[in-house]
Amino acid sequence: MEILLSQLFNGLSGGSILLLAALGLALTFGQMGVINMAHGEFIMAGAYTAFVVQGVLGDAGLSLLVSLPTAFVVGGLLGLALEALLLRRMYHRPLDTLLVTFGVSLVLQQLARDVFGTAGVDVAAPGWLSGPVEVLGFTFPKTRLFILVIAVAAVVLLSALLAFTSLGRRIRATVQNRALAESSGISTRRTDRTTFFVGSGLAGVAGVALTLMGSISSNLGTAYIVDAFLVVVVGGIGQIKGAVIAAFVLGVAQSWIEYSTTASIAKVAVLALIVVFLQARPQGIFVVRTRSLV
Amino acid sequence: MGLLVGCGARVSDGGGTGDAGAACVDTSGTSVKVGFLNSRSGTMAISENTVFNALKLAADQINGAGGVLGKQLTVVAEDGASEPTVFAEKAEKLIRADCVAAVFGGWTSSSRKAMLPVFESNNALLFYPVQYEGLESSKNIFYTGATTNQQIVPALDYLKEKGAKSLFLVGSDYVFPQTANKIIKAYAKANGIEVKGEEYAPLGHTDFSTIVSKVKAADADAVFNTLNGDSNVAFFKEYKNAGLTAEAMPVLSVSIAEEEVGGIGVGNIVGQPVAWNYYQTIDSPQNKKFVADFKNAYGASKVTSDPMEAAYTSLFLWKGMVEKAKSFAVPEIQKAAGGVGFDAPEGTVTVNGDNHHIAKTALIGKIAPDGLIYTDWTSGKPIEPDPYLKSYPWAAGLSG
Amino acid sequence: MNLKVFTGRWAVVGGFVLAAVLLLVVAPALLSSFRLGLLGKYLCYAMVAVGIGLAWGRGGMLVLGQGVFFGLGAYIMAMHLKLADAPASTGVPDFMALISSDGVPVWWEPFRSGVVTIIAVLLVPPAVAVLLGLATFRRRVRGAYFAILSQALAAAFAILLIGNPRSTGGSTGLNNFKGFFGFSLRDPANRLMLYIIAAVSLLAMVALARQLMVSRYGELLVACRDAEERVRFLGYDPAVVKTVAYAVAAVMAGVAGALFVPIVGIISPNDVGIIPSIGLLVGVAVGGRTTLLGPVLGAIAVAWAETSLSERFPSGWTYAQGLLFVLVVAFLPGGLASLRSVLRGWRERRRPPRAAEEPPVPSLSGSSR
Repeated sequence: MEILLSQLFNGLSGGSILLLAALGLALTFGQMGVINMAHGEFIMAGAYTAFVVQGVLGDAGLSLLVSLPTAFVVGGLLGLALEALLLRRMYHRPLDTLLVTFGVSLVLQQLARDVFGTAGVDVAAPGWLSGPVEVLGFTFPKTRLFILVIAVAAVVLLSALLAFTSLGRRIRATVQNRALAESSGISTRRTDRTTFFVGSGLAGVAGVALTLMGSISSNLGTAYIVDAFLVVVVGGIGQIKGAVIAAFVLGVAQSWIEYSTTASIAKVAVLALIVVFLQARPQGIFVVRTRSLV
Repeated sequence: MGLLVGCGARVSDGGGTGDAGAACVDTSGTSVKVGFLNSRSGTMAISENTVFNALKLAADQINGAGGVLGKQLTVVAEDGASEPTVFAEKAEKLIRADCVAAVFGGWTSSSRKAMLPVFESNNALLFYPVQYEGLESSKNIFYTGATTNQQIVPALDYLKEKGAKSLFLVGSDYVFPQTANKIIKAYAKANGIEVKGEEYAPLGHTDFSTIVSKVKAADADAVFNTLNGDSNVAFFKEYKNAGLTAEAMPVLSVSIAEEEVGGIGVGNIVGQPVAWNYYQTIDSPQNKKFVADFKNAYGASKVTSDPMEAAYTSLFLWKGMVEKAKSFAVPEIQKAAGGVGFDAPEGTVTVNGDNHHIAKTALIGKIAPDGLIYTDWTSGKPIEPDPYLKSYPWAAGLSG
Repeated sequence: MNLKVFTGRWAVVGGFVLAAVLLLVVAPALLSSFRLGLLGKYLCYAMVAVGIGLAWGRGGMLVLGQGVFFGLGAYIMAMHLKLADAPASTGVPDFMALISSDGVPVWWEPFRSGVVTIIAVLLVPPAVAVLLGLATFRRRVRGAYFAILSQALAAAFAILLIGNPRSTGGSTGLNNFKGFFGFSLRDPANRLMLYIIAAVSLLAMVALARQLMVSRYGELLVACRDAEERVRFLGYDPAVVKTVAYAVAAVMAGVAGALFVPIVGIISPNDVGIIPSIGLLVGVAVGGRTTLLGPVLGAIAVAWAETSLSERFPSGWTYAQGLLFVLVVAFLPGGLASLRSVLRGWRERRRPPRAAEEPPVPSLSGSSR
């Protein structure tokens, strides 16, 4: 029983990390159909931002709080640059965006190696996040609770943005019917750019959160990018709630299977489950209803 | 095609003449080529760049002191790109296209196993500088890192001495941890130590919550860690955050050296034991000079570690062999190798002519708050290499 | 179009003969046995590229997991070679005896037979492709989903290989082969024979791809890429059309893998995972994905550039590879094969009266008659 619960927590925690990595993708992939393989490197950029901020400020607690918004802006600006320089001309070729952004990700990784060195760097966790916390006789690592909180906060903020702001309305309109949105006077161009900024910024935030968990090196992003895409695919396009459910379900499935088998088998089993699931629901958990054929 | 098939040698003919290329080494001029084959890109570049630097330092020092048999060394450097296939291809290039006298490098067991047939079929020489899982010896490879009886077995002796009655094994999912754990389990069985669990994580795995949960639930006296690379960072952060400490349940690691401590974060790993044959803190004139020279060449913030020291040593050992054989020819070197010694930073090491490993002293160290490792326990004298663990009764049947 | 020379029947035959002479006579005469081995490796990549050109360039399926089929062919061949090398007394390959004492896994046993091995190399990759292809295409899974799924497949395949070192050699993979169907791999004459088998296979695949492209099926495949719904309305099943191309591509990748093993002498998970799978696409994109010869020449050129660039600048190659992807795919989607028409487009745009429109992405040079 105790194991079951602690694995449930581990799964939710793993899911929250997946969710943070995938949330931005749900936005950029969902709205614009851009398959951004460089999203992983935006996560990496967020992690290195945390490293640089800590180097400047010193204090671990303060620098963590400063890193979160800074990394959001760094990730967002990278995304903006990518959109303006390359992706803008490629919206009618969504599959090609995958290859272009893969090229960008190779360059960014090598850049990180040349700037920060090949060795991994460390961001110290603040004292108030070290060690476990005890709830009802169970112990949970504080860092994992903190990441869970960040993930939930990101989802709440993003949902609020989509539901209540005019930007959100414009984004939803563009997702549902780009041509109609445009002819209704929405500048889809500006909407695209803003969406990409927000989506990429979320990758930066995910990067900061990941510094609490593991190593910060140039291949940080590659560890998450495929899983993040699978979350979006399972969740369904254009829906935040789909990504949320998918992330937590995959996280819990992974940790439960891993407990009774091994980490390798769990990874493969989860993938097999996804393929089977897509047989039943090829459009993912939630579908945006449109009248278009494809 | 029939013609071609007709003239090719069958395996049963004894493999044909071959075109063993090592003979193309050119020693007529004032210089001789040596090859350095390290991963300069990819995931292993983190570790292997430092080995390359150490090799370069050794080559510069040898050249500064007049070279080998009066010939200056010309280094041909190649990138193994962290991929076994590339290692095999580049090794072949160094031997057959560049005609180097010997190759130095490799890190992962995969890279070594990929290169081994290349060196054997061309009868060329590889100097491999990293501790490894043993159960191997080749007349074409000199192993200057530790084999199992110089690292893993002493580490187990140490844990036993400290009173560990049970162990938990955590490792990456590949040949070194699996072979190492096989040896550890045999040792444990013979010494009345209980192995409470054995977990493998895929290479590059970053979520250790489940594995750490299992470790915590098992509550062993110590953890034996054979994880590799970035996984160590995630593992130790998780370990600390789960409330586990070096005092309550020490984690003895065999793949974490001075170089890796910075990336993991000293705070996450301070006080944990590690097993090697060299630390930067060794107090000897040879080591002080090595550390000073290294910092002089690459920057004061750089640290030195066991694989770097073993790589540095390997070039001097090769020099010793060549000078003893008075020849750069591989068969002559193989004949002369036994007994060649060097006053290395780790202490005096001697080549074993039978298995091509070297006798080294085992040291268990503890990671200090300054990020360096200080010796806590030593085997006292160099341990003769025994890659197949033939002199250990409990290991009977492991190599078969 | 610049490949118009290949449209006339005699021009096609002439080009084919020229390529055959270059590969089978000129290259072996000029290159050292080491360099010839490297060329043999590039030819294996080129075989995969022919299939990618068909599936991606013609069929519009972004195949990010060709490493899986390449790996299946390679590992099947490698298992056979390891079993053939195994000492007759035990029948257990060297690496297995080292790690465990359990003997040879049951599913290895069939590959003791050379015939079974060759049949498996030809059948297993397309079987997997048909399974995945029908599963995704029938359910009309979107193009992007298919790309991501095929990529995830590559990841899972590599994880499985690494996670089972007792039966697959783990991250080291399988290597140290002594013979190839009884012929010693150390004999230069046999290595030459292998190279020639690879060259002939490549030529055969190019010929097959050309026949497919100019056939009615080829037209249908292009139609599926450009307007899948219309094909469906015309009464065809696009899922079948696409699956066939995917399966053919899988066969080509499988054969390439099977030849890669004796030529290069090693196969490891690093050669089949996500990164190498996408790496295989660079050459195709550079050469021109929709053309017949673009993928072949592109793959050979990129593989050659990788070897020679990485010899001089280890980190430079990563930049070059990344930038190649970005520049070619973003600015020259037709690859170098379309360079001439793009330049002509620019020239014409400068002349005021007639403004040329964007150069079209798909150039149908191969199939226009």
